[in-house]
Amino acid sequence: MNQPASAYFMEERHDPNETHTLSVLVANEPGVLARVIGLFSGRGYNIESLTVSETESQKHVSRITIVTTGTPMVITQIKHQLDRMIPVYQVVDMTMTGRSIERELAMVKVKGSGDQRIEAMRLAEVFRARVVDATNESFVFEITGATSKIDQFVNLMRPIGLVEVSRTGVAAISRGPEGM
Amino acid sequence: MSDSKSHDANQMTGAAMIVRALVDHGVKHIFGYPGGAVLPIYDEIFQQGDVEHILVRHEQGAGHAAEGYARSTGKPGVVLVTSGPGATNMVTPLADALMDSIPLVCITGQVPTHLIGNDAFQECDTVGITRPCTKHNWLVRDIKDLPKVLHEAFYVATTGRPGPVVVDVPKDVQFATGTYTPPRKSDVHVSYKPQTKGDPGQIRKAIALMANAKRPVIYTGGGVINAGSDASQTLRALVEATGFPITSTLMGLGAYPASGKNWLGMLGMHGTYEANMAMHDCDVMLCIGARFDDRITGRTDAFSPGSKKIHIDIDPSSINKNIRVDVPIIGDAGSVMGDLLKAFKAEGKKPKIDPWWFEIGRWRARNSLAYKKSDDVILPQFAIQRLFEATRGHDTYITTEVGQHQMWAAQFFGFEEPHRWMTSGGLGTMGYGLPAALGVQVAHRDSLVVDIAGDASVQMTMQEMSCAVQHDLPIKIFILNNQYMGMVRQWQQLLHGNRLSHSYTEAMPDFVKLAEAYGGVGMQVFKPGDLDGALHEMIKVKKPVLFDCRVAALENCFPMIPSGKAHNEMLLPAEANDDATAKAFAGGKALV
Repeated sequence: MNQPASAYFMEERHDPNETHTLSVLVANEPGVLARVIGLFSGRGYNIESLTVSETESQKHVSRITIVTTGTPMVITQIKHQLDRMIPVYQVVDMTMTGRSIERELAMVKVKGSGDQRIEAMRLAEVFRARVVDATNESFVFEITGATSKIDQFVNLMRPIGLVEVSRTGVAAISRGPEGM
Repeated sequence: MSDSKSHDANQMTGAAMIVRALVDHGVKHIFGYPGGAVLPIYDEIFQQGDVEHILVRHEQGAGHAAEGYARSTGKPGVVLVTSGPGATNMVTPLADALMDSIPLVCITGQVPTHLIGNDAFQECDTVGITRPCTKHNWLVRDIKDLPKVLHEAFYVATTGRPGPVVVDVPKDVQFATGTYTPPRKSDVHVSYKPQTKGDPGQIRKAIALMANAKRPVIYTGGGVINAGSDASQTLRALVEATGFPITSTLMGLGAYPASGKNWLGMLGMHGTYEANMAMHDCDVMLCIGARFDDRITGRTDAFSPGSKKIHIDIDPSSINKNIRVDVPIIGDAGSVMGDLLKAFKAEGKKPKIDPWWFEIGRWRARNSLAYKKSDDVILPQFAIQRLFEATRGHDTYITTEVGQHQMWAAQFFGFEEPHRWMTSGGLGTMGYGLPAALGVQVAHRDSLVVDIAGDASVQMTMQEMSCAVQHDLPIKIFILNNQYMGMVRQWQQLLHGNRLSHSYTEAMPDFVKLAEAYGGVGMQVFKPGDLDGALHEMIKVKKPVLFDCRVAALENCFPMIPSGKAHNEMLLPAEANDDATAKAFAGGKALV
């Protein structure tokens, strides 16, 4: 093995990466988001998407949904590291429960005239995107769905005259009567 | 507003609340340094007699002193420092305490709330800076929140896996008046519930493995020390009941006595041959309160390949972090060991492991800690052995700095009891030992407290000699002076073609004069024959002592697991000649 001489053992791990969606219930107190994000940057974990909002204002509870990638060992570490933070109530791996719904909202601005406008409207209809703003030379579409659906819609709009996209990131919830 | 008397008694300023909370949590000593943003608190300290304040010379010293205090007593160490530079100087001890799971409560002053974010004088984002190096931290913007936060801070620091916390209190909150409430259970975050009791099903699985083991080993760490003195007693009973061999990390020394018959010595990069070989060849490993750190495991893909691993830890994030284990048990080390011991005795089956002990005996016979003796120069290993002999019969506490001397202390000083050994394991903070010794001496006024130091490390926090003199703390700084940063030089010799880049201290202070300048006592020894007499004199002196012990300059620390190697590929001292080391380190030089 061609290990460079070092005080540390430098090992390359080749476990395949997985993508997981984590729902994290936290006390809505100052700095809680900074703690979560700091954990990810400090320990070198990936954030693909992160959404956060207060969900139970009476109890001051917020819900953070994080989409992350890593080896199975790293994903387990992330969950444990989140769970041991003082203001974290609960961490649920929505991907492991296998019964979760994941949605994202995007607003997509498209510029064009003539046939381009007709084509944009036609595609929007297929994707069930709503027009929320229109001018003589532009539309803003609002679309909700799985990440892959939004990716696909955006890619189709690109040649037509895509100007910009604003996305919320993924929100997730489990199916059935039980909550977190 | 109520008009009852008790209500009035609980009306007080934020600064008074802080001192009151310290008293309510049984704090007798705090370590600190005043400054603009903590003056109201210092004013309260001036007007009371319950809490003694130890004035350090640099905030880092306060932090390490509090760590030494905490480690030697099992109680939280408390620090009080000002805003801005006071807080940033505390970052190193906080990070150190987080790595080694030491309970610290650090109170920092902050600029008044209306100035926060304005780049005010001595302002810094204390909670932002200390967030990744504390277990938790708080900025208290409202006097109403202060009592609850203070109580929560003590609870969080001392329960579960202990660690440092910071409470940042703006100056206007210190001046504001509010109602103090004594500690209550409801002060604690409902989201924070550490698990202390081990799962019975997992314990049964562990017992099944232990009862059928042929080559078992127990590997313990700082978690056993943190679980309290009772946990160390339970560990000893468990070792006695099972007859298993036991090794420990640097942080866990003393939980099992070094004179115990099942003791293999420390394991890891500079651990004994028998400890590392037993780890490599075992079939059942019982890890208690240790975290499979990279200094312990060596090459992870070759770490103890044939064993089933049981891992007891209070922190779930320690499980499967570096090494996959078979039976994880989340819980307090003392509680889980107690359950294991009961279940093991109930099982009534003590595995026959005589052949395993025979094998271990052969490894022991290699005498991996051997070194060349000399009548002309003091070998550092010899110096530690003589110090150990000289301190026998005394009520002794040892702290260290970081480097070769630290490893030699761990190898050659026999620890019989827990809480007697204070060292910076995880962060590896040079300059830890001198202030840590201060903290230990504050907690144990009549005991012998020795900082086994290196000449380089000790200069990082040397100014605390002044604190020792001021507070009559007769700490003994035993410097193994080889005029090098020895461990840095050792790696440069082994890995970087013997190019000793900046690891030699060309201008060494005269430690004897330095000690005298501070008002302490200086001593210096060059010859092995003079060592014992000087050591006895050092112990007799009732003042802080700087003991300049001149040792063989080029001695290196063995045995050693080279990086990228497994436990069974150790370098032993006799084999550690140039040829052998060159071969062991084949692969060129690169990053450290």
